[in-house]
Amino acid sequence: MPENPIITFKNVKKQYEEDIVLKNINLKLERGKFYTLLGPSGCGKTTILNLIAGFTEVTEGTVTINGEKVNDVPPNKRTVNTVFQDYALFPHMNVFENIAFGLRIKKMDAKTIEEKVASVLKMMRLSGYENRAISEMSGGQRQRVAIARALDNEPDVLLLDEPLSALDLKLRTDMQYELRELQQRLGITFVFVTHDQEEALAMSDEIFVMKDGKIVQSGTPVDIYDEPINRYVADFIGESNIVEATMIQDYEISFVGRTFECVDAGIAANERVEVVIRPEDLVLTTPEKGKLTVKVDTQLFRGVHYEIIGYDNEGNEWMVHSTKKATVGEMVGLFFNPEDIHVMRIGETEKEFDARLESYEEE
Amino acid sequence: MKQTKTFYFVPYSIWLLLFVVAPLILILYQSFFDIQGNFTFANYATYFQSGTYLTMTFNSIFYAFLITLFTLLISYPTAYLLVRTKHKQLWLLLIILPTWINLLLKAYAFIGIFSMNGTVNDFLSFTGIGRQQILFTDMSFLLVASYIEIPFMILPIYNALEEMNPSYLKASNDLGANSWETFRRVIFPLSLNGVKSGVQAVFIPSLSLFMLTRLIGGNRVITLGTAIEQHFLVTENWGMGSTIGVILIIAMFLMMLVTGEKKKKGAVHKK
Repeated sequence: MPENPIITFKNVKKQYEEDIVLKNINLKLERGKFYTLLGPSGCGKTTILNLIAGFTEVTEGTVTINGEKVNDVPPNKRTVNTVFQDYALFPHMNVFENIAFGLRIKKMDAKTIEEKVASVLKMMRLSGYENRAISEMSGGQRQRVAIARALDNEPDVLLLDEPLSALDLKLRTDMQYELRELQQRLGITFVFVTHDQEEALAMSDEIFVMKDGKIVQSGTPVDIYDEPINRYVADFIGESNIVEATMIQDYEISFVGRTFECVDAGIAANERVEVVIRPEDLVLTTPEKGKLTVKVDTQLFRGVHYEIIGYDNEGNEWMVHSTKKATVGEMVGLFFNPEDIHVMRIGETEKEFDARLESYEEE
Repeated sequence: MKQTKTFYFVPYSIWLLLFVVAPLILILYQSFFDIQGNFTFANYATYFQSGTYLTMTFNSIFYAFLITLFTLLISYPTAYLLVRTKHKQLWLLLIILPTWINLLLKAYAFIGIFSMNGTVNDFLSFTGIGRQQILFTDMSFLLVASYIEIPFMILPIYNALEEMNPSYLKASNDLGANSWETFRRVIFPLSLNGVKSGVQAVFIPSLSLFMLTRLIGGNRVITLGTAIEQHFLVTENWGMGSTIGVILIIAMFLMMLVTGEKKKKGAVHKK
């Protein structure tokens, strides 16, 4: 665990009247990392952001920034800044004044303000736009103004509340690169809130997957993608094929009436579990060579790949991402490697899950 | 498509022509005739040479200014609080309600309240202060005029504040501004359009108030409105009345020019 976390949540609970929005959240965020809170709307991710920014107060528990308890510190006294979902740029000020807003509040002299604004504009590739009205800026430009406005206050933490959701796909992808690059260059902590798993996977050092006011799983994008703790996470992060299975013994598992070699251990024999296989890990082959045989039901061309849906003879649905074409109605074989089988125990907590992984990975 | 649109505009155009454009032209036309019906510029000469008329003009503007100022001072905080209250629609309704009552009725009600034997004086005499002359003073005129105009000021300001994106306030707070700075730098500038509409809606009618000046002000305050009324109904000098009317219209246009918005965008009008 890090020595000196920049933000911690200790047993944080948040309740609006009868509505419990956050249930016992514990978090430790390190300096200089890119964190993402991922979850569907209403899962409490924005509430966490609001608690860090200070727009709302905890019902129970402690929030610290830089080691100091900030439960009662108002937003204007916190060293964090926010990029709002709708950018919240002041319509009565031009680009320069918007960015200079925080500096003027701090009563900096005109020359320093000018220099700082110029440098942050340059960083966001907005030089020359100083005197533009906000209404004259495009969505992508507004986004960058909003980031510039937050950054030139030199916050310890930058909070981003679904900032890319209003942009079109191309711009959104560009901004993902830009944000990641910016975060690494500046070395400040970013806390990014999104419901878009692709954004989360592409940018984060660490992802917190949330559901109903709880953190279901946290970890690096690769960890979460490869080892989802349960069906919810597996479904939320990317496409997945999930089937019921039974553990035979360590490194051996049975599903769809057959037994396969796998890489999971530490689970009692005959325990009912679930298995995830990612569509891109399934390889189309002849029925003889395949570990599974399915009947192709539909096929969609997605550009980079074909998305093929097939059913095995037990009626389980299998989604395959393949660059090769299949023929609808034909029987095909599906091949996968032992490490492509991800085993999920039903009802396992994150702690138990981590402990189990560690127990046999260290061997 | 375009033809249908033009068609819909016909009733309004007729209305505009009959009741806005035509009267304006008639007033302008009338103002060039003297009491005997001869064409003349004398009315304008009289107006600008007469100390009485100029004082009257100054009085009108000064009182209209005071009424607007008082209304604004009361309305802005009210609108500000109203936006943040629960059941704001109900409160708003209560504020609008008095505007449904005829102006004259309200004026007579105030006569009842302020007169020598009215409610206020009953109270003053009861407390031992003794009966005071309240009716027919400048203060009573300003008070009643402000009272009547307040809803017209509150509404546009309320709308401007209500439409304001709450994330602006969060952003300001987030960037280090406390509530006062947020008000000064964000809320007030963004509600200015509402204030301007309110000022227009109050100042311009206040310029030509004449009923109240007589009923409540006891003709101590003589505004241009009173002068016009007198010229048309008492001295029957329609030319002079029209001339003052033209002056008033010009004053109104000037006012709209001053408070008008530079850009058409983002206008907030009272509903």
